[in-house]
Amino acid sequence: MEKMDKPLTKNIRPDLAFATVADYESTGGYQGLRKAIRELQPKEVQQWVKDSGLRGRGGAGFSTGLKWSLVPMSDSANDSPHPNRYVIVNADEMEPGTFKDRLLMEKDPHQLIEGIILTAYAIQAGAAYIFLRGEYHLAAQRLDNALLEAQSKGYLGEHILNSEFNLKIYLHTSAGRYICGEETALINALEGKRANPRAKPPHPVVSGLWGKPTVVNNVETLCNVPHILNYGVQWFKELALGADTGTKLFGASGRVKRPGLWELPMGIPIREIIEEHAGGMQDGYKLRGFLPGGASTDFLLPEHLDVAADFEAVAQAGSRLGTGTMVILDDQTCPVQMVLNLEEFFAQESCGWCTPCRDGLPWTVTLLRDIINGRGRIEDLDILAGLVRMMGPGNTFCALAPGAMEPLQSALKYFREDFERYMVGNKLLEAD
Amino acid sequence: MKEPSEKPKFEGLSTEEIQEINAEIAHYEDKSAVSIEALKIVQKHRGWVSDDCLIAAAGILDMSPAQLEAVATFYNLIYRQPVGKTVIHYCNSVTCWMLGAEKVREHLCRELNVKLGEMSEDGAYTLLPIVCLGACDHAPVLMVGDELRLDVTEDTVSEILGR
Ligand SMILES: Cc1cc2nc3c(=O)[nH]c(=O)nc-3n(C[C@H](O)[C@H](O)[C@H](O)COP(=O)(O)O)c2cc1C
Ligand code: SF4
Ligand code: FES
Repeated sequence: MEKMDKPLTKNIRPDLAFATVADYESTGGYQGLRKAIRELQPKEVQQWVKDSGLRGRGGAGFSTGLKWSLVPMSDSANDSPHPNRYVIVNADEMEPGTFKDRLLMEKDPHQLIEGIILTAYAIQAGAAYIFLRGEYHLAAQRLDNALLEAQSKGYLGEHILNSEFNLKIYLHTSAGRYICGEETALINALEGKRANPRAKPPHPVVSGLWGKPTVVNNVETLCNVPHILNYGVQWFKELALGADTGTKLFGASGRVKRPGLWELPMGIPIREIIEEHAGGMQDGYKLRGFLPGGASTDFLLPEHLDVAADFEAVAQAGSRLGTGTMVILDDQTCPVQMVLNLEEFFAQESCGWCTPCRDGLPWTVTLLRDIINGRGRIEDLDILAGLVRMMGPGNTFCALAPGAMEPLQSALKYFREDFERYMVGNKLLEAD
Repeated sequence: MKEPSEKPKFEGLSTEEIQEINAEIAHYEDKSAVSIEALKIVQKHRGWVSDDCLIAAAGILDMSPAQLEAVATFYNLIYRQPVGKTVIHYCNSVTCWMLGAEKVREHLCRELNVKLGEMSEDGAYTLLPIVCLGACDHAPVLMVGDELRLDVTEDTVSEILGR
């Protein structure tokens, strides 16, 4: 067993354009599926994943095994022409600053496919959809090919590995809209409806795609599942450094010496990611702050570098681990302009379903633009703080707007002087 | 929508397009679930989705044209007007913005002699903005046709445009 400390990326090698089914099998691929189908009942697979402590890698960090266990499993007879239950892979990666799922799909598509098959087995789903971002053409091509390979090898289709279990996996490519990543909007999109989020409850695990119980999981989440089955729960827990379990893809982009993506133990200090793996800041630049996990996470500061990169520790520091791909703010980039760029994104991508978000985000953008153009008043900062409250958790239909407010509220807290500087007419140094 | 008589004659969707759409229908419980795919199939063959094509596709999916239009306009990658042979998308999200996306855009606009959203005069290119392309460690990033271009500089732009 090689490189057991990097289960997710062991097949991502400079000498390999991408892993074929043979490459994947040669490093233990499809062994987890063999084991599950021959030795474990579906409920046992759910229990393994629950015991492993795997938490969703799509941003919210919900227990994966727990989610699966909420699927009603009583009606095992499949007498309708359509499946009774569905698995959906959330591969709509679109949150600015996030670049992890694309790599997993392009470089090792079978790892995801085995994860899907195991998930479908665990909840006895007859069909699965991969909801892929439309821009990810190469990933689509590689997945299409890998699905055919898996089918011809007997891992997919009828009587998988000579068992009674059947599964179809369909690739659905979307057409570019961030809200489709929200799981209930995704389900509407897949049904061909306008992609507004749905009211919860009912949760998709009870009533999802076409009203059937549906599990929605992120790409990286599902890529962990084969390894948990193959190497065991204890092994998976020991991969991590802190209270959390497993490894995680962590990334850094911005003015660091070596921007990139690395598979590291969950719970590794953020300092190690930024200073060692990313090589620290580029010459002439200092670290001012960072978004720990994509555009919808609160800024953290250099004083937070020793925080452990896991769900609990980052939350305690006042932000979210999110997607684990960090955006680095250097000392020569204006945080107010950076927040404007983020809010322009969220305003553009709001689905317009509920008023606070539909009206609040464009208003936020206007205020920020006015401030930057020297037309801001000090009261505007109070109005912005009011908008943060108005679009806070619980006040909107989905998590897009609260997410949009996270970088803004933390910028108002940590970089207030940068906002105020525009108001006294001092021009900021150009970033380049 | 224009009167049918004002336009060049529309011969209907091609057999190939219809076959591809029908193949997708088999993957879903409900025909309307194929909306996006159907529009993308038409677009793959024709470059964009005209009113006639939209109406024809809606017919296959048992939807009203207005229903399908609502879906079409929701998405950024469905083109309801003609675009150049190659669409160049430049990422304007946070990391690319920080590392010079605006310069790349200005350079592209200058070289192609277009404004953002326009098609070049020879019909070869359309320049559009796009959100984070999931390659932020290689910012700034472009998507040229279906292909990602990483760590883009003015030189890369010239190379892409073959000048
Ligand atoms: C606006 C919005 C966009 C989202 N986009 C994504 C996405 O692109 N990929 C993803 O996995 N989760 C995304 N999520 C989170 C999903 O709603 C959901 O929590 C996730 O797919 C669950 O999978 P997990 O438990 O494996 O993380 C998004 C949420 C919101 C509110
Ligand atoms: S919060 Fe925004 S994105 Fe979410 S449902 Fe409301 S309008 Fe749509
Ligand atoms: S911000 Fe441009 S690729 Fe992510």
